Amino acid sequence: MARVLSFTIVLGTAVTVILFWRRVWWFPPNISTQGAGVDREFGLTLLVTGILFVAAQLILAYCIGRGRKSGRAAYNTGNLRMEVARAVLAAATFIGLALSSYRTWARMYFIGAPRNALRIQVEAEQFAYWFRYPGPDGVFGPMHLRLVNDATGNYFGLDPTRDPASRDDIVTATLGIPENRPIELLLMSRDVIHSFYVPQLRIQQDIVPGMVIPIHFTATRTGDYEIVCTQLCGLGHYAMRAPLKVMKEPNFKKWLAKQAAEQ
Amino acid sequence: MTPTHSQAIPRKAARGFLRKYVFSTDHQIIGKQYYFLALFSALVAMLLSWLMRVHLAWPRLAIPGLGELSAAGAPNGMMTPEYYLSLLTMHGTLMIFFVLTTAPQSGFGNCFLPAQIGADEMAFPRLNMLSFWLTFTSLGALLSSFWARGGPATSGWTAYPPLSGLGSITGPGEGWGQSLWIISIALFCVGSLLGALNFITTTLDLRARGMTLMRMPLTAWAWFVTAILMLLSFAVLLAACVLLMLDRAAGTSFFIPAGLIVSGQMIQGHQGGSPLLWEHLFWFFGHPEVYIAILPAMGLTSHLLSCFARKPVFGYRAMVWATIAIGFLGFLVWGHHMFVSGMNPYSAFAFSVLTVVIAVPSAVKTFNWLGTLWGGRLRLTTAMLFALGFVSIFVSGGLSGIFLAEPPVDVQLHATYFVVAHFHLVMGMAAMFGIFSGTYFWFPKMFGRMMNETLGKIHFILTFIGAYCVFMPMYFLGMAGNVRRYAQFVDPYLQPLMPLHRFITVAALGLGAAQMIFVFNLFGSLFGGEKAGENPWEATTLEWVAASAGKDLVVYRGAYEYAVPGKEKDYVMQNAPDASGSRAEKGARDGNAN
Repeated sequence: MARVLSFTIVLGTAVTVILFWRRVWWFPPNISTQGAGVDREFGLTLLVTGILFVAAQLILAYCIGRGRKSGRAAYNTGNLRMEVARAVLAAATFIGLALSSYRTWARMYFIGAPRNALRIQVEAEQFAYWFRYPGPDGVFGPMHLRLVNDATGNYFGLDPTRDPASRDDIVTATLGIPENRPIELLLMSRDVIHSFYVPQLRIQQDIVPGMVIPIHFTATRTGDYEIVCTQLCGLGHYAMRAPLKVMKEPNFKKWLAKQAAEQ
Repeated sequence: MTPTHSQAIPRKAARGFLRKYVFSTDHQIIGKQYYFLALFSALVAMLLSWLMRVHLAWPRLAIPGLGELSAAGAPNGMMTPEYYLSLLTMHGTLMIFFVLTTAPQSGFGNCFLPAQIGADEMAFPRLNMLSFWLTFTSLGALLSSFWARGGPATSGWTAYPPLSGLGSITGPGEGWGQSLWIISIALFCVGSLLGALNFITTTLDLRARGMTLMRMPLTAWAWFVTAILMLLSFAVLLAACVLLMLDRAAGTSFFIPAGLIVSGQMIQGHQGGSPLLWEHLFWFFGHPEVYIAILPAMGLTSHLLSCFARKPVFGYRAMVWATIAIGFLGFLVWGHHMFVSGMNPYSAFAFSVLTVVIAVPSAVKTFNWLGTLWGGRLRLTTAMLFALGFVSIFVSGGLSGIFLAEPPVDVQLHATYFVVAHFHLVMGMAAMFGIFSGTYFWFPKMFGRMMNETLGKIHFILTFIGAYCVFMPMYFLGMAGNVRRYAQFVDPYLQPLMPLHRFITVAALGLGAAQMIFVFNLFGSLFGGEKAGENPWEATTLEWVAASAGKDLVVYRGAYEYAVPGKEKDYVMQNAPDASGSRAEKGARDGNAN
């Protein structure tokens, strides 16, 4: 049994290392400016934990496979100096890793969006997302809860007859954004907690009713992606998603004009 | 802390079947009741996980018999998305509360804490009985929701409001199902609080002469620290449950903000509540809960590695302090569940550093387990195999916690299968390995018979390989962006991952099937196992002292005196007198003087 178990542990460790090394299953390619920091941090952590993982499993397998076969084990109750040294080393390694992620986190959350960022409101409900662009005036018209009506398409409760700022607002079911321009999203939910997750953007943020949560990013590659909900929000949770379209600036302008024309 | 003489309270022998086996105040009977309650819950929870896994891998498959079980949840055997969420909620709740909290702590702890510290009963036997029956009622309330209108709760074991706070308007299962869930968990909290008081008092007041705290077995230390964690954390969950129930039933607004529109309907009468408040309260309980599940298994692993490597625990004092440190730090890290919740991003950084700090005592434990094994003379009993498996699985699950402790990395991996892999390995599977090793180890003491070792070893190797095959691939799913808690995978980007999902499902079916060997062995050995001797494992702790030694035990030494040079046998029991008048002898006399 000793051999079977130590062989199993060694084999399992080898398979795990190979699967990570060959990147058989991996992250989708990063398409945002802050994503590189996330990926770098993941790589660094993988290296450190990978070494610890392999070392611990191999020592365990060795102890099992090569245990003492005769006589008595050594009466060894510990070695304080060694234990303290290893604890300090572990603390330094782990805290170092946590500190090294500080910069990326600060870039995502401590620094606000740049002034030239395109601001878009995101409203989540069971089980859909709606997006609102402020239009040429750059101002979001006020929302009136009583006017919110999905059947008539008034997802944000706008009253264009009385609020001039609402007249040029553009509401869409697709999040269209220009490439290489900072985007600020204002996340809101009207019913339960939802989430905004785009794996390629390396962004995930819960959307909490009663709060407006801003996030910002810059997409660096055009293409069609998916926004998915990651916070359990009810029976349609698994199917709650919206398209994300990253376009070149001129294409984005055309796209937005087309959306405005369809309002 | 002064060790005191165990106060033998004369008790009348219980009369009649009901008083002896059902409404018993005997700690051993209560421990076994908890154990079988946990075993039953584990089997139900495993069955639910099978149904979920089959549905995830083959969403269009009609599952035979499921339609008869729930006509609404699975018409013609086709699972609805809401029924999937009900199964998910029940699986998580059953496993976390009724298995991982119940078996290692309340089950084994009740059976063996008094025995290991030389007490002949828990401090409050009647309270102990009440704790169990509250837990039993709590389980009944939870399971009854399968027959409630709308089915069981669908909001997961975390029950975030407003989903869980507004009633059936937010979805089926959020009416009666969710109410029953809250009632069940509140009852469970009360039972756990009473149990925790009992454990703490027993440990502090009823130790035998000479049983100083630093001579206690690491299992007893783990139960003691876990009980303190339970006392402090379940109190908060109980309060949170009461508040949530008030929001649902009495129109208060602890967690419900103003201006909600659900299914096109405006929610009136709520204002000023915060869903984040629930998250804070829940995770203030929820994170210590992780340690409640794992600390007893850690203690047991230390205990078994020493016993079956025939070596003292490497760094006993460091192990004790690591247990205490994990317990203390466990209360300071709850925010790492909330990096993406919308809480203040500056606090995320503090929680991140505290979280990696808690990895240090865990690393100390792992080092010392390997140190205990190093150069040991291993006896690979089934109990030992599961303890070794625990170390391997704990490492594989624990290290991934470092990724999740770094906020920007967590942003990418949060709520994906990476997290599912992490906690199923480090807390679920590792604690299950603890439960298995405890069962194989203590079965002779609990039931007077031995379990079958051959079946045990087959059970071990299948479970060990199965656990890795089920949960390791989930790391890759999470990295590829596969979100958890989805009833089906309809997104195009998830389609390339379906072969991996089918592999996991097949492995899960195999892993589950292997548990039938355990159930067969358990019940077979209960009636037909070989009769066990007084101390079949040649262990040192007091639960293995022969009944003929009488009740007035005196302890002369620490719990892990294996391979002591110059001794005839390779182990010295804690109550064996030491003729040489050593430090141990002095400790016993000091204890006596108090």
